[in-house]
Amino acid sequence: MEKLKEKTPIDRIWDFFASVKLAIVIFALIGLTSIVGTVVEQQVTEAKNIEVISKIFGSSAAPAIYNALDALGFMDMYRSWWFTTLLGLFAANLLICSIDRFPAIWRLVRTPIKPLEKEHIKGMSIKREFVLKGSPDKLKAAAEAAMKAAGFRPSESKEAGEVQLYSEKGRMSRLGIYVTHFSILIILIGAIIGVFLGFKGGLNLPEGSSYSVAFARTGPATNEAVREREIIISATESAGGSVAAAAESLGVGEDRLRARMKELGMEPLDFIIRCDDFEVEFYDKSDMPKSYTSLLTVMDGGREVLKKWITVNDPLKYKGFTFYQSSYGLMPDKADVRFILRLTSPSGQSETLRVRQGEKFLIPGTKLEVTAADFSPALSFDEAGRPFTYNEMMNNPAVHLDITSAGAEEVHKWVLKRYPDTGTLASGHFIQLLDIWGGQYTGLQVRRDPGVWVVYLGCLLMSIGLYVVFFLSHRRIWISLHGAKGSVTVTLGASANKNREALERKATKIESLLREGGK
Amino acid sequence: MDSSFFFGVSTVAYILAMMAYITYIAFKNLNIGRAATAFTITGFLLQSIGILSRWKEFYDLSGMGWLRSAPLTNLYESLIFFVWCLILTYLVVEFKYKNRSFGAFVTPVAGLALAFIDLSGMSKEIQPLVPALQSNWLLVHVMMSFIAYAMFALSFSTALMYLITTTHKKTEGSYIFWTVMLGVFAAVLAAMGLDFLKFKLVAATPEALIKSYLFKATFSNASPLISVLSYMAALGLVFAVWNYGSILKKLIGAFGISDKTLDEITYKSIAIGFPIFTLGGLIFGAIWADQAWGVYWSWDPKETWSLITWFVYAFFLHARTLRGWRGHKAAVVAVIGFVAVIFTYLGVNLLLSGLHAYGSQ
Repeated sequence: MEKLKEKTPIDRIWDFFASVKLAIVIFALIGLTSIVGTVVEQQVTEAKNIEVISKIFGSSAAPAIYNALDALGFMDMYRSWWFTTLLGLFAANLLICSIDRFPAIWRLVRTPIKPLEKEHIKGMSIKREFVLKGSPDKLKAAAEAAMKAAGFRPSESKEAGEVQLYSEKGRMSRLGIYVTHFSILIILIGAIIGVFLGFKGGLNLPEGSSYSVAFARTGPATNEAVREREIIISATESAGGSVAAAAESLGVGEDRLRARMKELGMEPLDFIIRCDDFEVEFYDKSDMPKSYTSLLTVMDGGREVLKKWITVNDPLKYKGFTFYQSSYGLMPDKADVRFILRLTSPSGQSETLRVRQGEKFLIPGTKLEVTAADFSPALSFDEAGRPFTYNEMMNNPAVHLDITSAGAEEVHKWVLKRYPDTGTLASGHFIQLLDIWGGQYTGLQVRRDPGVWVVYLGCLLMSIGLYVVFFLSHRRIWISLHGAKGSVTVTLGASANKNREALERKATKIESLLREGGK
Repeated sequence: MDSSFFFGVSTVAYILAMMAYITYIAFKNLNIGRAATAFTITGFLLQSIGILSRWKEFYDLSGMGWLRSAPLTNLYESLIFFVWCLILTYLVVEFKYKNRSFGAFVTPVAGLALAFIDLSGMSKEIQPLVPALQSNWLLVHVMMSFIAYAMFALSFSTALMYLITTTHKKTEGSYIFWTVMLGVFAAVLAAMGLDFLKFKLVAATPEALIKSYLFKATFSNASPLISVLSYMAALGLVFAVWNYGSILKKLIGAFGISDKTLDEITYKSIAIGFPIFTLGGLIFGAIWADQAWGVYWSWDPKETWSLITWFVYAFFLHARTLRGWRGHKAAVVAVIGFVAVIFTYLGVNLLLSGLHAYGSQ
């Protein structure tokens, strides 16, 4: 026997990975370390986590505990080498356990049901034995009909004085567990593809601006690198997004440029993406957001190829990249905005104006001259009625108008988008603030993940596998008819690898049909 | 009549059902048993109407289509749906196993949970959906997660009953496990009750209360004396449960449910809950996250805790099929699994922060 041989180191390693104990240890380690990872927040500032730890262990111990956890990599643990190793061990264990147990199951799956010795049938977990009076042929037909009624298609074997009917269902269901385990490996492979071949980053795209690259989490550190990045960005931009053309204009090889862009924390899109508009909608007059939407345009090869309003649950996809609506904000430099105003005269005629900050316009038919002097992204009034900006986001935008007319005193007026009534002028005209354009950027999450379909395939396999594992079973049934006319012994045996009760009910049904039909 | 009216009446029905089930166990009168079932079914139907009418209210208010108006968006609505799933599961068990005793265990949980929702002053407002939740995945993902939670809750109660009725010696590991577990549970609830009494005026909502004042009245009190005393009181409580556990054993023994049935229900409810949780909670959750956030898995606390829960139940299933774990060992794992579920459902939202913080609003 092979078993008697001294175990080679490879056998030992194999046995180590095939052990259920290892699986338990890995489960426990992944679980316990993950708990720590949910308590300390991942990838946040030191101060934030010291605060979290202080809440649990008190402020005096917190810095020391923080330092210890930080040294162990818990502040970004799901990306740490040891957590990745644990996941790798988990995958190895799963794979080797499956391979180790596979031959035995495969034999079972490949061997169809055979007739059995009567003694074996009696040894089944479900068994019935009774004597009937009819003729063997008639009983055989009745048994066949009963099995069919219970959903089995019987095969038949004859030996001296005995007829045996046997059938099985769901033999392949024994493979369900392998499909499930295999699917976990597929999902992990998909995740690895995503990590190594994918890109995950972001792009803050101001209204009216376009970009030909997306940015990784970490950018260049030195001023020189930042300048180099600017040069490359403008080169790809003027090349219409094409890296090849940009490389030519810069006088370097395309591959070299691509590699350099990676080093500088950029992902070339090979097309241009532009934000035409960004809008936040709020519920009624509250600050509770109802929707964030951006109008994006894709330009490829110098032409507009795609235009789409994206929302949080509806991203834009183009050439393997997906652009998700993830945040928004106010541009730090607010100088170049346009106020989109609708001017309605007392007689009801209206026109839409686009006005720059500081620009003057005349109200037709009057001597009124209006300047859009300033704006606030979120205007509110304090108890004394003085205006103030309560938020840096454009929650409640307002434009400040200076209205002058010859000889009269200058009038100042805040017109709020959310409260149109604020736009009524003494002359009976009405100015409505439709939008402040160019002051905001839309925060896009940009992703390219060639592994995501592998992950989905894994998920699909897992669903199928779990269905088979939990809702199907391998059921086998044998009926032996033994004896001569007048006294036929019926021995029924059945077994199921799961949900024995259901098969027990079927056995009872077959028995009563057989007793009925044999009369 | 709005949804809260139906919820109120269904709470009353569940409390009546609870009294009837307990009377039924005491006197074994079949008519009382039937009445108990009738109360439960009535409560269930009223609650269903309540959920549907809240759905309608939400639909009218938000104008976002039926699929996106499912009342499953905050703690209040999710607790109500959880109770609904629990009662539905119980009714299935009652009809399948022809055993009513179990109702005396489940209807109090339902009635008390609903009464708690009422008393705690939790926000019942219909809140409009923030942009990330405006997806058709909301309905399937949340609904399947809660159906799985209800199955796990069932397995927890049968596993606990199994442990209570089948442990005999005070030095036995399983006995120590369930008494300590129950003692700690009672201590935590008592401490939270004290927080509520002391700080309810300061905190605007129960969620804020838990977030800012958890255990401030007891264990984490500013005064070290009160803190030490609280720990001692908690230890005393655990000791009391350990010492007088046999009383509970007699009480539950009176239900007359066989050990085998308890063990079987524990296994079956996990065997149904696990695939539903995997598909609805993890897989559909990943697909939705991929669509909304651009990452199918981000190790956000809710995701991580779901995975921990999944690991515990996967362990339960493997231990049972590969190693033939039955009885005490399996029951202990089932209880631990549900502790992970409670943390996934409530703990993460109330104590930790992350992308999934909707439920706490």
